[in-house]
Amino acid sequence: MRLSKSWTVAAKDLRIFKKKKVIVYSIVFFQIIVSVGLPLIIKVAESRSNSVRAAALPQVLDSFSFWYVIGSSILPLSLASYSLIGEKVQKSLEPLLATPTTDEEILAGKSIAAALPGLAATYLGATLFMVLMDRITHAKLGYLYYPNWNMAVILLVLTPLTIIYSIGVNILISSRSNDVRSAQQLGALMVLPLGLIYVLSETRVISLSVTNLLIIAAILAAADVAAFILAKAAFQREEILTRWK
Amino acid sequence: MIEVNNLSKVFGRVTAVDNVSFNVAKGEIFGFLGPNGAGKTTTIRMLCCLISKSGGEARIAGLNTSDAADSLQIRKLIGLVPDNVGLYEELSASDNLDFYGKLYECPADRRKENIETYLKMMGLWEKRDQPAGDFSKGMKQKLALARALVHDPGLLFLDEPTANLDPEAARLVRNLILELKQQGKTIFLNTHDLDEAQRICDRIGILSTKLLAINTPEELTSSVPGGKTVIQLERIDEAMLNALKKLKPPNFSIEENRFLIDVADPQKENPEYVRALVAAGGNVQFVTRSNPDLEEAYLKIVRDNR
Ligand SMILES: Nc1ncnc2c1ncn2[C@@H]1O[C@H](COP(=O)(O)OP(=O)(O)O)[C@@H](O)[C@H]1O
Ligand SMILES: [Mg+2]
Repeated sequence: MRLSKSWTVAAKDLRIFKKKKVIVYSIVFFQIIVSVGLPLIIKVAESRSNSVRAAALPQVLDSFSFWYVIGSSILPLSLASYSLIGEKVQKSLEPLLATPTTDEEILAGKSIAAALPGLAATYLGATLFMVLMDRITHAKLGYLYYPNWNMAVILLVLTPLTIIYSIGVNILISSRSNDVRSAQQLGALMVLPLGLIYVLSETRVISLSVTNLLIIAAILAAADVAAFILAKAAFQREEILTRWK
Repeated sequence: MIEVNNLSKVFGRVTAVDNVSFNVAKGEIFGFLGPNGAGKTTTIRMLCCLISKSGGEARIAGLNTSDAADSLQIRKLIGLVPDNVGLYEELSASDNLDFYGKLYECPADRRKENIETYLKMMGLWEKRDQPAGDFSKGMKQKLALARALVHDPGLLFLDEPTANLDPEAARLVRNLILELKQQGKTIFLNTHDLDEAQRICDRIGILSTKLLAINTPEELTSSVPGGKTVIQLERIDEAMLNALKKLKPPNFSIEENRFLIDVADPQKENPEYVRALVAAGGNVQFVTRSNPDLEEAYLKIVRDNR
């Protein structure tokens, strides 16, 4: 596999994404909601009643950090579906497959294009989130809560794994669907388990300790492998040209 | 350039291409003529290493289309304009070509040069920065042709390049195809347009799942018997009709002021008809011969094979 080929495909997709304002806005919007919105919630709660107990803060903050995992599963959704369904609708896969490029190289290119904006947005957003949270909670906690190991595992392990999972599932859905919106909605279903984890941690049924995060990571890694084996099977030139609807 | 032996493709229970064999020589425009569903697109896809074959063998420039390593090599040697042109509508004309130039491993300076050359050839250079989505159908077809040329392939596959174009745009594309032949390119053309096949192809294969005939347009036409002599008179009256009938032509008809007569040996028979008509008081304006055209040849070949 020649990565330069994949990069050519990815760069072309990124160029098209940039021209689709909906995509750009949806990524920026999500990051603002989470990275600025969550610190604001703490600040408002603090100033209203001064009722947030220092002992309860870590649990709340760890749950909030998990939003970046949920975000990583949502952000590539629209990108992956646009990049594949876009090619299907424009019928551009046939000339693309006629070039001296292998199926794997194209698949990798599409995946890189879908991954990069989400990854960059998550890292930028999370940095902003950590800075704002530290400023707001420093006085109460007496120390800087971020960066910490939880966030490190979330950003460096869970985020990439979730993005890969999200893209793999999306390639599968896109191979069967011609409608970007329904593909996104179907793809959003896979966010549900992650949402459930968030709710369970928010309600203190489970804690998002480093150990628990690593267990989630292990499950995600297995799901990644499964999703990509299936995606690779769906992304065969003959399959694409003769059976993709 | 192209050697095809007993090529077949089966989709489930549908046989799309059945045991087809032919060769295409370097520098030739070879036309695949056939109705919708004849297997033209399927054949092109097999030759471009896009789909597998169910049987037989196809070689391009001596390379085997079934071999994975050869197939990457083959794809560098050929350019394809599929039936749906499949441009990136959001990208500009030159960005579309640049992307393909990169994928075809065309070095940056040659890519730049070729993009300019072919956009100019297609008359799209002034519009190079406009998104392809803004182009008319004819312009898109020309841009797709430029895209197939950006890496200087020697062999082009064009899948119905003038279908859905207005007559003027279609003519322009046909002239471009002839220009490419002048440049020494080998061209494999799918079409269901008889007139187009006759006008630009050096040889034609008539396909309807099976390859029914393969020859030059002239040979295909003359393989169908029965030319007609057309005699146009100022006007036709009863006396002339009787004079003609006396010579007992095997078959004739009247269209306005013209007699259309089936003639086996024109050199011998035409003067007799003309003399008889003049004697009957006819003012002969034209005497011409109408050969069966490709359409008749095609319909006969297809009918004979049902
Ligand atoms: N992906 C496919 N699955 C099943 N049948 C197909 C597929 N592609 C083409 N066919 C069938 O193969 C035959 C030839 O199709 P095609 O090559 O597209 O014809 P043409 O290009 O001459 O119009 C048709 O009967 C068509 O229905
Ligand atoms: Mg076709």
